[in-house]
Amino acid sequence: MFGRLTIEAFKHDATQSMAVLSMLFGGVALISFITYLKRWKWLWNEWLTTVDPKRIGIMYIVVVLMMFLKGFGDAMMMRLQQAFSVGDSQGFLSASHFQEVFSAHGTTMIFFVAMGAVFGLMNLIIPLQIGARDVAFPFLNALSFWLFASGAALTLVSLAVGHFANAGWLSYAPLSSIEYNPGEGIDYWIWIVQIAGIGTTLGGINFLVTILKMRCPGMTFMRMPIFVWSCLCANVLIILAFPILTVTLFMLALDRTLGMHFFTVAGGGNYMMYTNLIWAWGHPEVYILILPIFGVFSEVVPTFSEKRLFGYASMVWALIFITVISFVVWLHHFFTMGASPYVNAIFGILTMIVAIPTGVKIFNWLFTKFRGKVHFTSPMLWFFAFLVNFTVAGMTGILLSAPPVDFQVHNSLFLIAHFHGMVIGGFLFGFFAAFTYWFPKFTGFMLDEKLNRYAFWFWSGGFLLAFMPLYMLGFMGATRRLDHYEASTGWHPLFILVAVGAVILFCGANIQFFGLFWTIYKRKQNWDHTGGDPWNGRTLEWSIPSPPPVYNFATIPTVYDRDPLWDIKHGKTAPPKKEYEDIYMPINTPIGMYIGGLSLIFGFGMVWYIWWLVILSFIAILICAIIRLSSKDEHELITAQQVKEIEDEHLRRMKSHD
Amino acid sequence: MTNTHAINDHYRNHQLDALHEETFSKTVFGFWLYLMTDCLLFGTLFCTFAVLHAQTFGGPPPKEIFSLPLVFLETMILLVSSVTSGFAILACVKNKQPQVTFWLLITFVLGLLFLAIEITEFKDLIQEGNSFQRSAFLSSYFTLVGTHGLHIFFGLLWLVVMIAQLYKFGITIETFRRLVIFSMFWHFLDLVWIFIFTFVYLLGVI
Amino acid sequence: MKIKKNPVLSMLFFSGLFLLIILIMQPLNIWQFGEKIVVLFPKGMIALEQRNLLFILQALMLIIIIPVYILTFVFSWIYRADNPKGKYDPDLVDNTVAECVWWGLPLILVIIASVLTWVKTHELDPYKSIESENKEIKIQVVALQWKWLFIYPEEKIATIDFIQIPENTPVQFELTADAPMNSFWIPALGGQIYAMPAMTTFLNLIANEKGDFRGSSAHISGEGFSRMNFVTRASTKEDYDKWVSSVKQSGSELNLERYNELAKPALGDKPLFFQLTDETLFDDIVNKFMHPKP
Repeated sequence: MFGRLTIEAFKHDATQSMAVLSMLFGGVALISFITYLKRWKWLWNEWLTTVDPKRIGIMYIVVVLMMFLKGFGDAMMMRLQQAFSVGDSQGFLSASHFQEVFSAHGTTMIFFVAMGAVFGLMNLIIPLQIGARDVAFPFLNALSFWLFASGAALTLVSLAVGHFANAGWLSYAPLSSIEYNPGEGIDYWIWIVQIAGIGTTLGGINFLVTILKMRCPGMTFMRMPIFVWSCLCANVLIILAFPILTVTLFMLALDRTLGMHFFTVAGGGNYMMYTNLIWAWGHPEVYILILPIFGVFSEVVPTFSEKRLFGYASMVWALIFITVISFVVWLHHFFTMGASPYVNAIFGILTMIVAIPTGVKIFNWLFTKFRGKVHFTSPMLWFFAFLVNFTVAGMTGILLSAPPVDFQVHNSLFLIAHFHGMVIGGFLFGFFAAFTYWFPKFTGFMLDEKLNRYAFWFWSGGFLLAFMPLYMLGFMGATRRLDHYEASTGWHPLFILVAVGAVILFCGANIQFFGLFWTIYKRKQNWDHTGGDPWNGRTLEWSIPSPPPVYNFATIPTVYDRDPLWDIKHGKTAPPKKEYEDIYMPINTPIGMYIGGLSLIFGFGMVWYIWWLVILSFIAILICAIIRLSSKDEHELITAQQVKEIEDEHLRRMKSHD
Repeated sequence: MTNTHAINDHYRNHQLDALHEETFSKTVFGFWLYLMTDCLLFGTLFCTFAVLHAQTFGGPPPKEIFSLPLVFLETMILLVSSVTSGFAILACVKNKQPQVTFWLLITFVLGLLFLAIEITEFKDLIQEGNSFQRSAFLSSYFTLVGTHGLHIFFGLLWLVVMIAQLYKFGITIETFRRLVIFSMFWHFLDLVWIFIFTFVYLLGVI
Repeated sequence: MKIKKNPVLSMLFFSGLFLLIILIMQPLNIWQFGEKIVVLFPKGMIALEQRNLLFILQALMLIIIIPVYILTFVFSWIYRADNPKGKYDPDLVDNTVAECVWWGLPLILVIIASVLTWVKTHELDPYKSIESENKEIKIQVVALQWKWLFIYPEEKIATIDFIQIPENTPVQFELTADAPMNSFWIPALGGQIYAMPAMTTFLNLIANEKGDFRGSSAHISGEGFSRMNFVTRASTKEDYDKWVSSVKQSGSELNLERYNELAKPALGDKPLFFQLTDETLFDDIVNKFMHPKP
């Protein structure tokens, strides 16, 4: 009746029980809060059934922040464990629990924090920067979000019901095969990533069509903001790389569920092929994460230097170069798997080549500041932190790309320090820059600058303390994923240092969370009085009210050069005429949410071998899809008169705040 | 007053037409991109087959288990169904609804026949002991050909839905758009089958 | 919004302080931990070559990175918004010479690094035997859950979680696993290689000093993988020969039956020593996955 699900799956040790209880408590608190405010209908109409990318973007960010808390909690547990589990002590986590924790940490952070943040940013910013009213396929956009949320929800379910995977964030074969890992953990991992991955692929198609087909008149490719270029490249990577992941996960599931022999040791299976396939996806994946961040900085640095981006064409070519190269370097993740020196050396050299366009970008940002007027607002502070930390991580990346060196540091804490420098020093600091930069656009008020600065210092200091010693630990022979080590290794003092660093980072994250709630509470003191352009911006999104009306632009702008708003402000172009027309917007629908929820049930059924549930939920998904795909194209009409009223109301509000 | 309304309505219809045209071109372009991802999906499966095709783990080689005549029949069926789906689109452009339904039904029957033959092929293999659990070669064969078959199955489902939509709504901008992308899908599956026919069956038997 | 006067100065100061602390921490670390930093203070020729390549590549990169850091700090200071002395040139958006420099100079450095990498990757191929006047010792390695089995095919002994080798003698490891993917790593002597089921890999190392070196598994293979540590003892030739004969005399028998017991998932709690009676044991382990079960 319930497949292999038994009551045992609900029994957990103390640590995990505490986590489950706090999760349940949080959920109950949230539901009570919404009920108390009587906001269910509002939530349904304005958020859960929306197809507005501005709303969907905010929902992505909300899920990202929630999953960030979970991933961070995992990280704290890992570092605390390693500060204690020396010699005779096993620490407070058993070996298998520790392995689940780091697998969950990686999976959560990559798929639900980083990918979610990228999609959140794309939803919020791309339509505004290209002068469009929406994305190409609004319903598909909502569906992508709900599939993403479904994956995140399944991750949280895995905390409460049974165990999560224990083979790392990529579940290498043959450890992930049914022979060595018969439990439900790997299956959870497979379906979580699979469901979220399909959402990502659909999103990639969506944003590619949006960027290629929906730019406003006059916006040729070489007049697009670099953020849009970087997202264009990232979406190309998505549609080319994610199908590989879909197939690989599918094959692993077939191995485990139907006894096939793709990656098994016996039967002619080839587990080394799993490594190749998963990294053929995995390497483009990390570029999918970092390219939009490069785009963010190409917006932030010019705005806060009051100067155009230096070397626009060069930046575009650098992006394209990085995109192409990212497909031919995947082997550098497993130099130690015994390939011939010819193969290893070629991939090593190709990997080193990527340093060239990356360096070009850094120089262009620096020379944007040259002879500019540099303002050290929060976004610029995060750029500074990025520059210092990302370059260090980049250097260690080049060290890792030389196979003989890699043989000594592969899978050691040196590697951990390198890629965390990339994801925290690169991706996360860029996301913080984007968040502090674009927050006023979507809310209409500013974040507290003082709290932002404190957060910046805690993150910078904490990051250095939590990750620099790892390079040294790697050189001392410390491998990754260790739940225990002997005292004679001499690693203990460094592990304590690293745990202290993690606590400082935790403080930084808390300051940001607190800052967010404090800002919302004190928003009346922090209204954006400029009517939508607090930073003296250069691109189209700053030319509309904050928060933007549902149709974004009352009149679709025409663009004659890069930085179109800058040109308008400096009299080089005329401002858009206030001629209003009727606007058709897509209507809300709950089907995206239904399919997301059904996918959650489908995934759960697949994990626990509850076949009737799998079949029923799949049929239900098909029915939802057929209903959606048989419906007539419907739109909501906003008449020109209504548009005029909305625009006039905004002007009135602006004047009254002065 | 009536004049203004008439002008406004006329203007709105123009806007809606432009909107529908935009949706049409975006949807077709987006579907090409989806087909590209499907290409990569099959590409990965082909690569996997290439790596694993020799791993019979002591079992029979492809020569002994593939029946070329049957595969040839399947190929012809699929090719003809591609042609009939093309006829359906032509009839749609000419606004001849009964013809559209007719050609779609033929396409459906041919697709169903293809699947029936394929399922029989699989069933026979499993019954003689050459199931997908026997070796890596068989796993990758069943998955590659089976994934194509699964796509055909969804195509057939799509056909049924389209026939129903035509019955309920007739030829509208939406049903036309959906038929166009269906035919793109169906031709694509035919193309993938040519690759399967060549690299799996033909090269396996040589 | 009000921002404190000259926050830039304090920001640059504290950033510089951070970096200085990191810089000072390195020699401090080395002084504190010394020889325990085995990758930087290796005991074998292979590890030494690998370390030297690391240093050269790092030096090459600093040619670009140090100017980048200097420019970052200098530009931030001179061109801060409230500095009247910083020239403001909003139309300076392109410079062909500058672009040539920062496309070209990294390209040259990457070419140098690539040539070096190509040469060193071939020189330091783990499969390549090390040239020496001393005769090579062969050790077959089987990664198990969760311990290492070492078979000396020529000396006809076997051990669990312990290796002894004579100094200045090339050792050729032939590796496989009867467990999920593992990685065999003795950082004091050289880089690692994966030990995988149903296949063999090779690793050639040499110990140029006497001592006890820590070895471990660098790839997760299940619950007990963090306990898969072993000692590699490099001794004089005489001590090595003495050790071999003592194991031959006192060690218990390692045949297929005993092996199957050992291969069951369990932590290895102490080193064990065996006489090898089954000469084809290693090959049998490699091949056991190759044939269909009857």
